[in-house]
Amino acid sequence: MTGTDTTQIFKDAEADRGYRMKWWASRTAIYGALILWAVICLFPIYWTATTSFKMAPDVMKGNMVPWVDFAPKWKGWESIGLSPKTIGQESTVRAEFLKRFWNSAVVSLTSSALAVVLGSLAAYGLSRFSYRFGFMKNSDISFFFLSQLILPPVVLALPFLVLYRELALHDTRIGLILLYTLSVLPIVIWIMKDQFATIPTELEEAALVDGLSIWGAFLTIILPIALPGMVAAFILSLVLTWNEYFFAALLTSTHANTLPVMVASQTGSQGISWWSMAALSFAAILPLIVIGVALERYIIKGMAAGAVK
Amino acid sequence: MLVMSEGDLLHVVTNDNISPARRMLGQGLIWGSAALLAGLGGAQTMQALGQQDFGFQNWRPTLYAYVLWSICLCAGQVLIHGERGKRTLFVLPAALFVVSLTVFPLLFGLMIAFSNWNLSSPTGRVFNGTANLVQMWHDPFYWNALGNMVWYLLAILVEYAIAFGLALLLAGQIRARKFFRVAFLLPLMLSPVAVSWMIGKSMLEPRFGPLARLARALGWENPAFFETAWMAKATIMILDAWTFIPFMMIMLLAGLQAIPKELQEASRVDGATGWKSFWEVTFPLMLPVSITAVMIRIIFKLKLADIVINITSGGPGGATDTVTSFIFREYRERSNVGYGTMLAMVYLVIIVILMTVLMKLADRWMRPRL
Repeated sequence: MTGTDTTQIFKDAEADRGYRMKWWASRTAIYGALILWAVICLFPIYWTATTSFKMAPDVMKGNMVPWVDFAPKWKGWESIGLSPKTIGQESTVRAEFLKRFWNSAVVSLTSSALAVVLGSLAAYGLSRFSYRFGFMKNSDISFFFLSQLILPPVVLALPFLVLYRELALHDTRIGLILLYTLSVLPIVIWIMKDQFATIPTELEEAALVDGLSIWGAFLTIILPIALPGMVAAFILSLVLTWNEYFFAALLTSTHANTLPVMVASQTGSQGISWWSMAALSFAAILPLIVIGVALERYIIKGMAAGAVK
Repeated sequence: MLVMSEGDLLHVVTNDNISPARRMLGQGLIWGSAALLAGLGGAQTMQALGQQDFGFQNWRPTLYAYVLWSICLCAGQVLIHGERGKRTLFVLPAALFVVSLTVFPLLFGLMIAFSNWNLSSPTGRVFNGTANLVQMWHDPFYWNALGNMVWYLLAILVEYAIAFGLALLLAGQIRARKFFRVAFLLPLMLSPVAVSWMIGKSMLEPRFGPLARLARALGWENPAFFETAWMAKATIMILDAWTFIPFMMIMLLAGLQAIPKELQEASRVDGATGWKSFWEVTFPLMLPVSITAVMIRIIFKLKLADIVINITSGGPGGATDTVTSFIFREYRERSNVGYGTMLAMVYLVIIVILMTVLMKLADRWMRPRL
């Protein structure tokens, strides 16, 4: 781009130079916008991760960059018993944290798996056969499932609170699993219906001719093909159930508390000891950050399902 | 998304020879378990009404009987209808699950809604007719929360514009596309409760928070994000937008990538550039995806509560309250399930009406204009 050089024989015409200027300007604007938004998205995560290694003065001075601005300390992680120094010792805080973590893991994994199983079966049936349950035909049944999406949790929360007390399901993981499965089921059915619609029925027909039963054909031929969609639905459910707070806050008290409930309860009591809150928050979001980075493809696939027809 | 053809896509011809004995067994299974359920349920109801004591600790026995009946109903389908029953078996478990977890609690909720029921008081449930409705009518905080929801819903338009912009950027020819896509997606993965602390409580903290420092550097003397009503509302909107913009962005991105390249090339050949090409080609083509994305976003927005509960708990003076967070607080403070349920039921009715109207409108918009 040495267009001003006088010895050059071929010169860019005035119009070309203007075009190139415009091109550079638009590139700068595009990357500027992209980087700005990336910073907006990533800074809170960076902030939480670094704050968990800060001491009180570092927080107050607003130091940002570890090793340059401040010397990282394990204080925040010590407060949940997860620093190198305390990892070998007995720690009640760590036991508490791990218990909540375990509750979250069990509840979200089980309910996502259950939702994927129930939802895939229903979506497959609806995409292949015509049903008639009373007055309800296929489109009505589909609508019935999907309409659950608009049911706000608050409508179910208080009746469930009372019912669970009567059924001795209050403060149990089973109780939460049932509700979480219910809340992600419409999304799973939506994604899976889309997935099964793309699989040609000739595949099953061939399998049926070969002597397989409907369920045999479904399990051995169709499921492997639909697996990516199921993974997408599973991960999306996992994200939603891992982060769920409202039901967990209302329906658990001591035994079945999930991680978000623990984080929320600490927010009030430890408002000012930022390092420990940062460590706790970061530990709570880390699993999903890992999933998000590693399985981004599936999450995007899941969310894009149904968007495009 | 909801319309599909009626009639089997998969044609199966089977010869079902179901013996009368097998049919009898199926019927017996279903009705036997139903009788057990009715018997146990009846006995428990009698105990609950105080007529006779059977020594039940809780309603678990009825629950188990219900689960048993559900399983028998599924098995019975296969026994009675053979091949057709096996097909029913695909949908029946999910249908039973959803019906028992929504329809029954909703009916039960309707019963609670018309009663005064303080869970911590010994008197238990007292039917009080429409007293809750009257109380709701005179409850300024409930109407305030509903009004706030309107503002929160309007914020979706801005979110949509930003999400569309980001989707256009990501769909363009850029380097490091994967990095940007992952980075833009991450906020959606974070738990709203953790975000409440990370951003709401620490980054926006007036003294030491980095955003407060930034605001001060930009010339705002005493940055306070949750002091005045409108500022607090705007902050909550921005926080919620931060979490959910990736969601709309990805749906729109999928839509953009599905547009055939030829169409955009054709418009370019015809001389449409930049804005014109966007408004006359891309945007109309994106309308169906946009409507789906916005509708789903509305559904999620109507459930907004976590960050409000954890950051402002509705304050200052109810300015940031959503219906859900208001009912949550109402229950936490007074543990009156009756009134809370009534509020929730009214909310549900409003939502159903709103969504029906929106879907009708969307249907009209999406129909191709001739």
